[in-house]
Amino acid sequence: MPEASQPVATFAAEPQAQDSVGFQTLLKKEVMRFWSVLGQTVTAPVITALLYLLVFAQAMSGRAPVYEGVSYTQFLIPGLVMMTVIQNAFANTSSSLTQSKIMGNLVFLLMAPLGPLEWFGAYVLAALIRALLVAVVMLLVTIPFVHLPLAAPLVLAAMFVLSAGSLAVLGLIAGITATKFDHLAAFTNFFITPLSFLSGVFYSVHALPPLWFKASHLNPFFYMIDGFRYGFFGKADVPIWQSLSWAAAFFVIVSTVCLWMLFTGYKLRK
Amino acid sequence: MICLMNDAHSDLPAIQISGLRKRYGAVQALDGVDFSIRRGEFFGLLGPNGAGKSTLINIIAGLIRSDAGSISVLGHDTVTDWRRARRCLGIVPQELVFDPFFKVVDMLRIQAGYYGCGKEVWPWIDEMLERLDLASKRHSPTRALSGGMKRRVLIAQALVHKPPVVILDEPTAGVDVELRRTLWSFMRDLHAKGTTVVLTTHYLEEAQEMCERIAIVDKGKVRIIATTEQLLARNPYRFLKLRLTDNAALPESLRALITSENAGVVELKLELEKQPIASVFAALRAAGVGIDDVHTREPDLEDIFVELTKRVPEMLHA
Repeated sequence: MPEASQPVATFAAEPQAQDSVGFQTLLKKEVMRFWSVLGQTVTAPVITALLYLLVFAQAMSGRAPVYEGVSYTQFLIPGLVMMTVIQNAFANTSSSLTQSKIMGNLVFLLMAPLGPLEWFGAYVLAALIRALLVAVVMLLVTIPFVHLPLAAPLVLAAMFVLSAGSLAVLGLIAGITATKFDHLAAFTNFFITPLSFLSGVFYSVHALPPLWFKASHLNPFFYMIDGFRYGFFGKADVPIWQSLSWAAAFFVIVSTVCLWMLFTGYKLRK
Repeated sequence: MICLMNDAHSDLPAIQISGLRKRYGAVQALDGVDFSIRRGEFFGLLGPNGAGKSTLINIIAGLIRSDAGSISVLGHDTVTDWRRARRCLGIVPQELVFDPFFKVVDMLRIQAGYYGCGKEVWPWIDEMLERLDLASKRHSPTRALSGGMKRRVLIAQALVHKPPVVILDEPTAGVDVELRRTLWSFMRDLHAKGTTVVLTTHYLEEAQEMCERIAIVDKGKVRIIATTEQLLARNPYRFLKLRLTDNAALPESLRALITSENAGVVELKLELEKQPIASVFAALRAAGVGIDDVHTREPDLEDIFVELTKRVPEMLHA
């Protein structure tokens, strides 16, 4: 053990620092967090989605194309990618924040000179990176077997950002409000999973009875998946402006709620 | 990016607390707390459990919002100018918290980044790892460390951005002697370089030894703020321990002075001005009671603490 006579850096005065470094660090930390457990955060959801693809593609082979010139397997892939993106964007922010709250290490962030916008930006961007990684890996694995056109790349990018962003923000809201993992599991099991499964991933909503057809149009996840599918095929169940509008509106609404929570310190600062 | 230093606020108090109030339901945790901590001081914040110390520290840290009043750190209000106020603060929390995902050195670099500091503080991180005896645990995951090692990491995390004001919330609770010595040696060095140190502890001898000034808080109010010398001097008592020959009984006239009685040894509390030791000896002699052993003790901080937290004295500001 060094003795007291060893030099100690002088730091009696006010430190000067750059605000942007805090944001960059939080973003890097959030990426490092999911990167350190890549098997859980990327590999596992990709394998699950690919199993869905394998089972449904086999079970539904021979079925009439949903859109003209689009096979069922082709139709299925964008929906599965977006469903996985949605679930992982939500899981990234919600699990990180809830875990920090329950472990108590959120105080490191709460005591740091980081503002609500920096929290929001870093958490959401990290979730987008994980979602992008999941989507890219899924597409890379399926592309050798199934040809996917790219009809509207800008729409594809916009739908990805709005959808993954919305669910990342929703995950932040869930993380802020949850006080134990049970709350988070309830949010996932009773809200995220049912809405993502009933959003037209496996079917066109036109094939549904009138009641369920109408109900699907109240599900924001339906527009996210339908709009994302449009990016590949240039065809979808509803006009693309409608999907973009719903996804954008959903993003604005959840972001407003989340930012209000962060600015007021709701359930974070007593 | 560089963490530069300047000395533009040398005349400002390190921490200024004005009219601070906080209520939890029926409990008034803080009831109008006003005091300031001077720059460069080693300041002790003492009080029994539930006195309001942690609430006060958590409000300074921004973890809890006050109902009324204000706090500034080096002139920066913790609510309206929170970013600069927090940058000036390094707080070692009482709870043993850690992030299980990261190694020790990564955690310290991340913490420095939160405060806007980059690679320029890496040599300081290395120095802290050495000083806190963490160098061998540099690449260990924080979850794999013992409680004492986790406490060292918490201390390093609080200091990583070189804050001019450091708050230690019971840093030695449940830690071994070696860490205590390491910590106090380190803190003395930082204090000598101008760092303001605020300490809460249940080990009153630590506060008596380390702190220049002490505030005693109880039931949400500051009972007293004084220099350690003033606190010790304000108690007009002396303790006299006697072992009486053949375990004789104390004369009735002295029994009211007894503070403790154990295995034939009796301790008396004497008022310095009114009850000289000679008067006790005279009473014993008159009663024919012999003395085998005599020992005197001056009041220490613990006596003051007990006295103040059992009753409300007049406010005494140094």
